[in-house]
Amino acid sequence: MDVSDTSRDTGWIPSTHIRGKRLVTTFIIHGLLVILMPPLLLGVITKTKAAFAGREGAPWLQPYHDILKLLRKDAVYSRTTSWVFTAGPVVTLAATAVAALLVPLGNHSAPVAFSGDMLLFAYLLGLTRFFTTLAALDTGSSFEGMGAAREVTYSCLAEPALFFALVTLAKMSGSLSLTRMLTFSSPSAWAGAVTVLLTAALFIVLLSENCRIPFDDPNTHLELTMVHEVMVLDHSGPAFGFILYASAMKLFLFAAVFLNVALPFRTGHPALDWLVFVAGMLAIAVAVGVTESVMARLRLTQIPLMLITATVLSAFSTLLIFR
Amino acid sequence: MTYLFVLCPLLFAAVAWGIKNRLRPLVLLAAALIHLLSTLWVTVTPQSPVDGGWLWLDPLGRIVLFCISVLFTICAFYAVGYLRYYNKRSNRFLCVCMLVCLSAMTLVSMAQHLGLFWVAMETTTLTMAPLIYFNRNARSIEATWKYIIICSVGIALAFLGLMFLAYSTHLAHKDATLILGELIEQAGDLNKAWLHAAFVFLIVGYGTKMGLAPLHAWKPDTYGEAPGIVGALLAGGLVNCSFLALIRVYQVCLASGPEVVFFNRVLIGMGLLSMAVAGIFIARQSDFKRLLAYSSVEHVGILSIGLGLGKGATFAALFHIINNGLTKGVLFLSAGNIHRAYSSKSVHEVRGALRRLPWSGGLFMAGFVAITGSPPFSPFISEFGIVAGAFRQGQNLVGGLFLFFLAVIFIGLARTVLPVVLGDPPEDAQPSRYQDRMLTVAPLCLVMLIILVLGIWQPPFLIRLLEDGAAMLEVGP
Amino acid sequence: MTPMEQLAHLPQTLFLADQLLVAVLLINFVMLASSRLMFCIRAAAVQGVILGLLPGIIHPFSFHIAVITVLIIVGKGIVIPNMIGKAVREVHIKREFEPFLGYIPALILGAALTAAAFVFARRLPLAPEHEALLFVPASFSTVVTGFLILTTRRKAISQVIGYLVLENGIFIFGLLLSEAMPVLVEAGVLLDLLVGVFVMAIVINHISREFSSTDTSRLRSLKEE
Repeated sequence: MDVSDTSRDTGWIPSTHIRGKRLVTTFIIHGLLVILMPPLLLGVITKTKAAFAGREGAPWLQPYHDILKLLRKDAVYSRTTSWVFTAGPVVTLAATAVAALLVPLGNHSAPVAFSGDMLLFAYLLGLTRFFTTLAALDTGSSFEGMGAAREVTYSCLAEPALFFALVTLAKMSGSLSLTRMLTFSSPSAWAGAVTVLLTAALFIVLLSENCRIPFDDPNTHLELTMVHEVMVLDHSGPAFGFILYASAMKLFLFAAVFLNVALPFRTGHPALDWLVFVAGMLAIAVAVGVTESVMARLRLTQIPLMLITATVLSAFSTLLIFR
Repeated sequence: MTYLFVLCPLLFAAVAWGIKNRLRPLVLLAAALIHLLSTLWVTVTPQSPVDGGWLWLDPLGRIVLFCISVLFTICAFYAVGYLRYYNKRSNRFLCVCMLVCLSAMTLVSMAQHLGLFWVAMETTTLTMAPLIYFNRNARSIEATWKYIIICSVGIALAFLGLMFLAYSTHLAHKDATLILGELIEQAGDLNKAWLHAAFVFLIVGYGTKMGLAPLHAWKPDTYGEAPGIVGALLAGGLVNCSFLALIRVYQVCLASGPEVVFFNRVLIGMGLLSMAVAGIFIARQSDFKRLLAYSSVEHVGILSIGLGLGKGATFAALFHIINNGLTKGVLFLSAGNIHRAYSSKSVHEVRGALRRLPWSGGLFMAGFVAITGSPPFSPFISEFGIVAGAFRQGQNLVGGLFLFFLAVIFIGLARTVLPVVLGDPPEDAQPSRYQDRMLTVAPLCLVMLIILVLGIWQPPFLIRLLEDGAAMLEVGP
Repeated sequence: MTPMEQLAHLPQTLFLADQLLVAVLLINFVMLASSRLMFCIRAAAVQGVILGLLPGIIHPFSFHIAVITVLIIVGKGIVIPNMIGKAVREVHIKREFEPFLGYIPALILGAALTAAAFVFARRLPLAPEHEALLFVPASFSTVVTGFLILTTRRKAISQVIGYLVLENGIFIFGLLLSEAMPVLVEAGVLLDLLVGVFVMAIVINHISREFSSTDTSRLRSLKEE
């Protein structure tokens, strides 16, 4: 099952340079990593923050225990909510899982890849955000409404950054598919300033979309200071478990995209590539933990400035590419 | 010899820094006299380029240098009396900065490398800034700030224009140069787009320095608040230096062929606009020093119209450099005397200057008559020459507007100057111990005499100098 | 050849210079968005140091180039920031306050004008060896940023910073033209810049003493009656 590599993307792209059996292995490992690894990232972030604070911190595998505990519990639904509230977490998890099929991990292609799938990726994430916001508004509580308003504003400002970054990558790689866009480069083709700008912009987008400091404090218990946490305040039981798991998976996906842009290491050997990928993901989790420990959350009025800075950075990288 | 010319005032400045307050004006005077003698000698003997074409006192430079030197000498004499009146204040900055400025202005008149020219212009801007603040009050600090920011930005833009000019030579010959002689030779081959951009930036930059409308916003505040002696140097010295800059640009422009038409139109347009702005704002001006600032805007406009008209009017424009410089010197210095006597600049409080200060009041009146272009003073000759040049070329609209604005400005100036000078001094005026002294009045009388004489008879060496200068500017492509 | 491919064919030194110019442009954005004065001053200093390194990078080594490089780095990186920093400390001003154009609109406007500068520079007739480089767009963009800061800020110190950025932009353009600008003139330009900033710092000090504030929108007493 040897398929040749075409330079123009027309429709379905099979894996470019690996044969049949390896294809299946790749897909299996991709699926396992996507399902099993995300909560580990959360655990690593928590441990890093604890190390900075001089504490022991929760165990590495605590998020797994939390999600499994939530799945065993009963759910409580408010009488003022409708089907939207129950649909919210389910759609979120489903959409994130589908998006996970589009993202190439490390040097390997994604299970699903076609020209234009970068747009699908962006809009799937938008769908998750849409349904989370709807579910929050459905509760009729003022806190959730406030959180929804904030979240949506910040996403509006972070979207252009993401899109400019995708456009730049598309121009650099000559393709509109995430697989090709994220796997084309190698250390020798590191195009200098453009990559630095993209890395910076994508890191800011990663922090913003996943509700990390300096945009949102995931550990706060004061509703007035929350942005994302307050939107999911009313979910309980398995639904909350889905949400927790989906947000971990979203972090995983963003980190995978970021890793491919920031560290395009290419060893020839597939097994080594997987190891490098896993190590890179853990490193990113540590980096996020470090950022969260070192910075404080920005004042709410300063967050738009930060996001527009990210947009300007990625727009600038697009400008440099098109010059 | 040429280097000594520039370095000598600097040496005197170094001496002035160290010695006592009382003796400093004498150092200033000594430096001015030596400079004047050197200038007179240089004006009558022909000069040749020095140091690979970087420095050359060509006729145009000599005209400007002559005017600056005479003006500076007058100011130096005046300074001795003026600083004696203010002997409690430290005059270190005033004297040192004036001398450094003199040195820089000398360099401006000699420099043929446009980059060096720019450095000297910027130096004149910077050395004048501390002097505006000599009176140490809130209004003058505000004026100083506006002056330094606007003029520095203007000069920076002029530098950008110079870069564009150098780039156009780079594109044409792969050998970028900013020496005027070489630029004139190569002007025909230079890239038109960059040349155009260069001229625009240079006009904007040096026009800001000169005070051409619409870039004149800093002038009324600065000239209004500066002491009389500083105002005289600004209006007579720095204006001439920046006009020389425009002339140099014009020389390159002439050599480049069809570009010159655009440049002429811009010069004439900005000149007419300057005269119009001056006419409007002079009409109801109650501060007689700001009045003089607008008069300076008007004359800058006249100079630029003269340059823009080209053949036929250039002799008159070059003559006007000298006339304007000297007359402005008299006006500012006598206005300074009046201001000091009445402790006020407003026409509501200052009346009857002819009675209180017969000499200063009379000089102010004579200066007003001269600057509005009345015979028998010399500005009449130069302004008449420019108008005649306009009509001779068939530019009737320009000539007509010129005369109209002159009339409006005459009426406006008269409306303010005559009440200041004529009538009786107000009884409730604050007494001030200032009286006209020999040193603050005699130099002005001398200059007024010169202006009167020049209006009737021009010495042959001057005519020859002006003709040589005009010949440089009327060379076709 | 696309610009990226042209870039790949450049000699190493020019490639490095290009990347440094990107850093210069980023500093422009940073200065437009920041309200803290000491931060802006240091950013302008860093910009000056980068620009001082550039002649050393793009031209082959010679005594003249070395002297220029050292002078610019010392002047723009150490002396000028110290002068302004002293003025800032003496007037006790830490932040810009209510500029005429808000920070976000200023940042967006600066980014838009930078993009316009790039487009404009593509249309200009450039020497073939300069076409793929960032010098001309970076120069225009920095000049425009300097103007923005100069005209939209209230504090006198911000206006001085804007003037410095303007001068930096003009310097970038001058880097293309080393033959026309011999050492003497470069040194003269630098000296003028130094003295200019010195005079401005002193004037700021006096303004603060007279008005108890360096808010230049208060300098309104001189006007036509």
